[in-house]
Amino acid sequence: MTTIDRTGYKVIGTRPVRPDGVEKVTGKAQYGADIRLPGLIHGRILRSPHAHARILSIDTSEAETIPGVMGVLTAKELPAADDAIQDLGEGAVNLRELSDNVLALEKVLYRGHAVAAVAATSPHIAEEALKKIRVEYEPLPAVLDVRDAMRDDAPLLKEDRYTKSMGAEKTDRPSNIASHNQFHAGDLEKAFAEADAVVEREFTTKMVHQGYIEPQTSTASWNADGTITIWTSTQGAFVVRAQVAEVLRRPVSSIRVIPMEIGGGFGGKIPIYLDPIAALLSKKSGRPVKITMSRTEVFEATGPTSGTYIKMKMAAKDGVITAAEATMAYEAGAYPGSAVGAGSMTMLAPYNIENFKIDAYDVVVNKPKTSAYRAPGAPAAAFACESVIDELAKKVNADPLEFRLKSSSREGTRMVNGIAFPRIGHEECVEAALNHPHYRAPIEGPNRGRGVASGYWFNGGMQSSVVAAVNPDGTVNLIEGSTDIGGTRASLAMQLAETLGIPYEDIRPSVVDTDSIGHNDVTGGSRTTFASGMAAYESGMDIRRQMAARAAKLWNCTEDEVVYENGTLRCTKDSTKELTFKELAAQQPRTGGPIAGKASLVARGAGGAFATHIVDVEVDVDTGKVTVLRYTAVQDVGTAIHPAYVEGQMQGGVVQGIGWALNEEYYYLEDGRLANSSFLDYRMPTSLDVPNIDTVIVEVPNPGHPYGVRGVGEVPIVPPLAAMANAIAEATGHRFTDLPISPRRIVETLHGLEE
Amino acid sequence: MPRTQVQTRLNGADIDFLCEPRQSLLEVLRDELGLTGTKEGCNNGNCGACTVIMNGRIANACCVLAVEAEGAEVTTIEGVARGDQLHPLQQTFLEEAALQCGICTPGFILAAKALLDKEPNPDEHRIRYWLAGNLCRCTGYDKIVKAVQKASAEMQEAKV
Repeated sequence: MTTIDRTGYKVIGTRPVRPDGVEKVTGKAQYGADIRLPGLIHGRILRSPHAHARILSIDTSEAETIPGVMGVLTAKELPAADDAIQDLGEGAVNLRELSDNVLALEKVLYRGHAVAAVAATSPHIAEEALKKIRVEYEPLPAVLDVRDAMRDDAPLLKEDRYTKSMGAEKTDRPSNIASHNQFHAGDLEKAFAEADAVVEREFTTKMVHQGYIEPQTSTASWNADGTITIWTSTQGAFVVRAQVAEVLRRPVSSIRVIPMEIGGGFGGKIPIYLDPIAALLSKKSGRPVKITMSRTEVFEATGPTSGTYIKMKMAAKDGVITAAEATMAYEAGAYPGSAVGAGSMTMLAPYNIENFKIDAYDVVVNKPKTSAYRAPGAPAAAFACESVIDELAKKVNADPLEFRLKSSSREGTRMVNGIAFPRIGHEECVEAALNHPHYRAPIEGPNRGRGVASGYWFNGGMQSSVVAAVNPDGTVNLIEGSTDIGGTRASLAMQLAETLGIPYEDIRPSVVDTDSIGHNDVTGGSRTTFASGMAAYESGMDIRRQMAARAAKLWNCTEDEVVYENGTLRCTKDSTKELTFKELAAQQPRTGGPIAGKASLVARGAGGAFATHIVDVEVDVDTGKVTVLRYTAVQDVGTAIHPAYVEGQMQGGVVQGIGWALNEEYYYLEDGRLANSSFLDYRMPTSLDVPNIDTVIVEVPNPGHPYGVRGVGEVPIVPPLAAMANAIAEATGHRFTDLPISPRRIVETLHGLEE
Repeated sequence: MPRTQVQTRLNGADIDFLCEPRQSLLEVLRDELGLTGTKEGCNNGNCGACTVIMNGRIANACCVLAVEAEGAEVTTIEGVARGDQLHPLQQTFLEEAALQCGICTPGFILAAKALLDKEPNPDEHRIRYWLAGNLCRCTGYDKIVKAVQKASAEMQEAKV
């Protein structure tokens, strides 16, 4: 792939106002729940009060007689789904389990599991009707923690689930361990025996939620011709279409998904929960049906990320990391499919370690099915690895950043899966952190400490489609199918403007529905600015070729004799022949009709992203409160298309990571009830809890993208958990290995009050 | 359920509407009056996405019964711009990239407006304290705080 000279950019690297900005600051932008339709009625969902129970019977007869109720639904009316795996772009799903998660058929597997649904003329009537549905349960023993679930005598979520080990056939005994994988190289025993220093620790993290502010919502209309229209808030309209098609056993062509503006996702708005229910209730009632989750439903019944247990042992010799051994077990929730695979592959990625063994277990528990959450699996893995590295550095009297730099991965270093890195930027990140004024400033005062940590995320490629149609006035309609979750209309428009050599303001982006553009995978995996941006670039190059052909026709020359530069076409044979993009755009009807560029591609060459963070904290040893005094995030982004939105991704990821480190957790009671299913009790950071987050953008261009883009969204949440723990260890002299490092945990630990 | 008539002043216009006594102001704004710029994030007063200005004070519309709006003066995000003239806060939120997904933005703009209306020159800590009732999960707050600081400075300058 040809890379355009980095220095000559006119649009890339600037900070224009986003095209969808005015609608979003004036309240006009239509998010999922803002849809209004004639005849719209409202759905509500009845959910399990038990963490684990057999459904003996469901009696909906009384609910159906309530005036205003227009339809009641249970899992019996869902068609039987295929026992097959479908790739969703950030994780795969078994379709039968997906369907069972939408509405439970035989067993409820977690508190909040959907069992029935009602549609009524008002949401209040629907809520009243739910109370009239009688469900008879046979409660079963529940298992809530990953290590408990792995025990031989643990209650089984599924009687006939066997562990798939190393991709091979099943083990002989049923188990909650859905899979076991291993990466192994070198001679661990020898490396540990010869080491100058060895550190071994056990770490745990709790389930945490993405915490997007907009609850899941879906509105569906089942038309008399058998077609279904769905308005929803999703990271991927095409992925919703595919999942709904499978759950309802309808052809994808009968389903049109209209992506509304999306109020946050972070990986959590990829699986479907409500869409098939709204569709079937619409079929029953003959009316469009809207279902919006309450915040409690979002916590209890969407997909948080795994609670984890990681045992980590590492060794150093001559100042270099020589060995790493890890056992990682991740809670998948009610059905298999945690992010332990990604966790195991990212954990050691920043370092070149010759001898390693990683065992990774995917374990089901009686909690909601986990979903992707920003660099899924990587933050907990980095928490363990980067905490141990910090202790190792201390043991060998090395500066923690110098120590990391000495063992850093670089181009050619093999990841644990054997794949060699192309050009990457971890060393550049560590060096930038080392030289940053923050790292050079002294940290003084009692109970204060500084921590650092690095992290890695793959970044994705996958499928994207773009159409770019030239308007007669020289503007361009950019038709895209990637939902814009945080500025990608701008980042795509900027790449197209750069390619065409025209002003950013002349690009008019629209995110369209599944009937109106070719397939696009999810806005996830940090892929949109990279992959859909590549499609925008290719569609621009398509326009340039077509325009050159038009100019050649007008000038009676060959296409080779037309040069396209900075939005102007020139004839190399005759210097008097020159047309601007705008001038030629106006001549479309007379030169062969409308011009539209298009690109549908699988984006290859995704470039991995590294980040290194520095944080200073102060710990109040009496109250356990941790104050973040200063935070600096360094990240290799390849090329920053819109630096302000790149910084925003970094800052947002950091603050989510701070929340994960200090306060956020799914707090389950012994009976499997979630005790903190509100924003009051699930404590996400507020503006008062964090300082400004300084950002350092490192640009090591990705050779696999025409503008060097790597993708920025996910890696910023990888280092903060460990960076915070390392800073708190410095501040208190105590190494915390369990998250969250909440005020209660700090006080109990430092004052010896633990149970 | 019987419906009650409520008279209120909404975004500068006197209006009346019918509502059930159990309906929140948020529900009436969105479902009865079509003002969907006020967002629902939690429906129990913890996220601030439904922030409106009611009689000069910020309120979570999900925690106000619609009947309580009787005789009140209410401003929602739809009433912040004057025609096509954006409020300085709306402009600085755009310029400073203070929104990513944008779902919390109307609430933040109204909360910040209420602050600047009574304290034109708040420092960073005061802004962070004031906005702590509004959750944003995308931005980490950095650019929101800077957008409010910039709007404050510009509004001060415009007055001089």
